[in-house]
Amino acid sequence: MSKVVKTLREAIELAGLKDGMTVSFHHHLRNGDFVLNMVMEQIAALGIKDLTVNASSLFDAHTPLLEHIKNHVVTKILTDYMSAGLGHEISRGVMEKPVEFRTHGGRPADIALGRTPIDVAFIAAPTADSEGNCTGKLGKSACGSLGYAFADAKYAKKTVIITDNLLDGTLSEPSISGEDVDYVVAVDAIGDPNGIVSGTTKITRDPVGLIMAQTAVKVIEASGLLRDGFSFQTGAGGASLAAAMYLKNVMLAKGVCGSFGLGGITGYMVDMLREGCFRSLLDVQCFDLKAVESIRDDPRHREISGARYASPWEKDAAVNDLDVVILGATEVDTDFNVNVHTDSNGFIMGGSGGHSDTAAGAKIAMIIAPIMRARLPIVTDRVGCISTPGSTIDVLVTQKGVAVNPARTDLRERLKAAGIPVRSIEELKQIAEKITGVPKKPPKGDRVVGEVYYRDGTLLDSIYNVPV
Amino acid sequence: MKIVKKATAGTLESGDVYVELSPSDSGNEIELQSAVLLQFGDAIRESAQDVLRQFEVENAKLKLIDQGALDCVIRARIETAVLRGKEA
Repeated sequence: MSKVVKTLREAIELAGLKDGMTVSFHHHLRNGDFVLNMVMEQIAALGIKDLTVNASSLFDAHTPLLEHIKNHVVTKILTDYMSAGLGHEISRGVMEKPVEFRTHGGRPADIALGRTPIDVAFIAAPTADSEGNCTGKLGKSACGSLGYAFADAKYAKKTVIITDNLLDGTLSEPSISGEDVDYVVAVDAIGDPNGIVSGTTKITRDPVGLIMAQTAVKVIEASGLLRDGFSFQTGAGGASLAAAMYLKNVMLAKGVCGSFGLGGITGYMVDMLREGCFRSLLDVQCFDLKAVESIRDDPRHREISGARYASPWEKDAAVNDLDVVILGATEVDTDFNVNVHTDSNGFIMGGSGGHSDTAAGAKIAMIIAPIMRARLPIVTDRVGCISTPGSTIDVLVTQKGVAVNPARTDLRERLKAAGIPVRSIEELKQIAEKITGVPKKPPKGDRVVGEVYYRDGTLLDSIYNVPV
Repeated sequence: MKIVKKATAGTLESGDVYVELSPSDSGNEIELQSAVLLQFGDAIRESAQDVLRQFEVENAKLKLIDQGALDCVIRARIETAVLRGKEA
């Protein structure tokens, strides 16, 4: 019996979707994704209500969700990241039930454990065959890795593949195997290729960012971890990418051959692989076209699942073997807690993604951030939302010096010995406040609009509505 | 100092403030939009009034569109607008 059905509507009906169930989506098509919106539109047209949406991330492309929230088609959201367009409305209180935020490791863990069961998974697949074998590496909407969708396909009661490149024959090297797939639907386009590879994947030219990146690499050199077998992850932010560029030069000059580069992969990490800085790349998500080409053509560039990447219960989760991860922050407090969920006014504009997973696993979790953004100091007494616990953060790198977590006296001594300007985190706060003045705390509402679950499933913090 | 014509200073870039100053006949009036209103709104108004006082400006409408400018920048931009808008 063929799994191919003619329309999305038919697939939704065949999958038996009913009021109160849970549907899931993955975010490898990023802000270029069409699939979540087209599925939700059909669900709404069928009159199904009271659904839970479990999406690995939500972008501004998904703002039509607001209409489905208003009409009670969607009454609950679980996600690892929510960009500002949607986040602002959630913060204003448009949903009755709080959004549950998880991490990229916690999400597949909770799906596997049955804590967050999925009734129907809708998986956008750039290429698929009629059996439902699919891959992100081929097709006009190629996005590379499909890592975050593995848990959805495996554990959902029904799995629907939506593709804009349905092969006649059999796909020889699928990422997701047809054995987990119930239905396959062909559509004209699953996404906009420009949005799929969009994002902050350009190296900064801001001198402050470059100074921070250079300091970050000095910290890595001084840490003693930069030797053969070194493993590394960095984000796609401008300063993080600049750090990767400087790090590459140091590794090549010293002849260091690392073991693996991890994470969301950019072209800069691909360059490091090609030039011999790493033996492999472990890729849960591709950020740009160069990464997509590399994962398709280079067998050393391997696709991994979200669980293999970061699940707290996975024995060989890659984050546990990380030497250094470079991360960003909207705020850091004097206990080294990091906020990546809310902005300075308390509006939701992000989420953990793999932030707290990698921080927990890596030997050195490094935050790179300027001491102030416009007039707002980066270091506060208490962050507006704890996304990553300070106990897992080792060092904060700014353009005015480096603060080491007091628990890491070993690291502090190493950095001092290398001549790196080490200051206390309170000092960095004071330096900024001398320039900016002391900011008043914006008022919080009294209703919880978001709950932040740590990777082990415990409630880490709550996000309150913003009174407007 | 008497403000006799409309004057502007600054830009809408992040970290700057755009200042528009125009004559009025009913005392000073300050209109403030700011990216950091909740954190620094009061401090910005205070600085604005301080600069107007310093130049003895008594009848002017001051509009500030702030993108997180530092206090010294805010003061300098307002001062520039005052000097551009005063009697020749």
